[in-house]
Amino acid sequence: MKTMLPARIKSLSLAFAAAGLLAGCATSGNPKDPIEGFNRAMFAFNEGLDSAIVKPVATGYEAVLPSPVRTGVTNFFSNIEDLLIGVNNLLQGKGSQAISDLGRVVINSTIGILGTFDIASDIGLEKHDEDFGQTFGRWGVGSGAYVVIPVFGPRTARDTVGLVLDVAADPLTHLGAGDGRDVLLVLRAVNDRANLLPADKVVEEAALDKYSYIRDGYLQRRRNLIHDGNAPREPEADADQVERPVRAEADAVQPRAGVEAAATAPPVLVARTEPAAAK
Amino acid sequence: MKFLLAFFSGLLISSTVLAQEVAPDALVKTTTEEVLEIVRKDKDIQSGNTKKAIDLVEAKVLPNFNFTRMTQLAMARDWRQATPAQQKTLTDEFHTLLVRTYAKALTEYKNQTVHYKPFTLKAGETDVRVRTEIRQSGAGKNIELDYWLEKSPTGWKVYDIEVGGISIVTNYRESFAAEVRNNGIDGLIKSLQAKNKSGEAASVKK
Repeated sequence: MKTMLPARIKSLSLAFAAAGLLAGCATSGNPKDPIEGFNRAMFAFNEGLDSAIVKPVATGYEAVLPSPVRTGVTNFFSNIEDLLIGVNNLLQGKGSQAISDLGRVVINSTIGILGTFDIASDIGLEKHDEDFGQTFGRWGVGSGAYVVIPVFGPRTARDTVGLVLDVAADPLTHLGAGDGRDVLLVLRAVNDRANLLPADKVVEEAALDKYSYIRDGYLQRRRNLIHDGNAPREPEADADQVERPVRAEADAVQPRAGVEAAATAPPVLVARTEPAAAK
Repeated sequence: MKFLLAFFSGLLISSTVLAQEVAPDALVKTTTEEVLEIVRKDKDIQSGNTKKAIDLVEAKVLPNFNFTRMTQLAMARDWRQATPAQQKTLTDEFHTLLVRTYAKALTEYKNQTVHYKPFTLKAGETDVRVRTEIRQSGAGKNIELDYWLEKSPTGWKVYDIEVGGISIVTNYRESFAAEVRNNGIDGLIKSLQAKNKSGEAASVKK
């Protein structure tokens, strides 16, 4: 994995460049979403893919497997994910959290039988939520434009680069094709999607415009994650301000709200960067 | 899932708690437990009876919410452009939308428990955040669910709820602003009304 890092960094800068290019090609009124036209098209594509294939499969999966089994599957992948969460905590200088993440992996992989039981949470080692996109945010990299990626769903330019690293560092992608890699990747995707099924209904109920509901939720969520749950309240900008101040710059640096991974219903494969987790 | 869970627990604040002298954290806790107690026993709600869940929310939770403030926050600067009559209509429609959404989430409740994080009210504070967490047995991540409350003459009132860092109120800001930009305040009212009508139709069908 080490050996591949330089190459990854190259693709990282490429990705930043690509995001920059994209940002130049279409406009809309929203400074956080400069390529809204493109994004809406991708969003529609993802929704279509979801309703045609992914959701039906996930629904069947949920119907067939009893809940304890699905919890075991979720825990199994969550345990693998803890490794990268630990790495990112380390990169963010949060040493004690990184140690706790490592402890989780050790405990869950052994006593928790290959991760299928989350014993660590029961004994008070809390699960964290970190990924490379958050690490960049922590380092001060601005979020950049919002972008909807085919299959993966909502990201920002920064989180897209993070996603590339997340995938590159994902232990599953390093398995050979013969080791059941593809089966595991599909299983994880389906399981993640199944975990989001209940959220679908709520988002449908809540959203005036599903695209922007999910976009704004995603941005809020990411902002909050980078602050580890302590993001300052956004300025109220209510009755006192008549002018529409260009909040663009402020927000460009600070990713805004984001629909919970859950709300990421449309992103077909919720990359485990947003541990849909819960269940 | 998290989103949802959180939504349902959004219901939490009950009228039966006499708001007057009740501390914000106690208010959140008492109502949460009271509502969950009802849902745990109610098979109709568990099996998706949105109508019944809406009644529960209206009765137990709503008196402790400040919907005018919520609507104002969601409208941001456009609030001032609205006439008092428009403001009233907007508040009513937004109210309906939020309640329906909560009720929906409530029907998805599956035995999660709520953990209340330590809270201390400092002297003179009138705007506070009460943090809770939704826990699910056996599975990894918890969902943070925070309530923002403001002191009013009639007790503490909730004016925002954050689910995993997503404010369910300000999440509407951009779409409201876009609607007002394109179709004016009345356009926004119309689209809220249309949304609520279709939601109602859907829940009747169920």
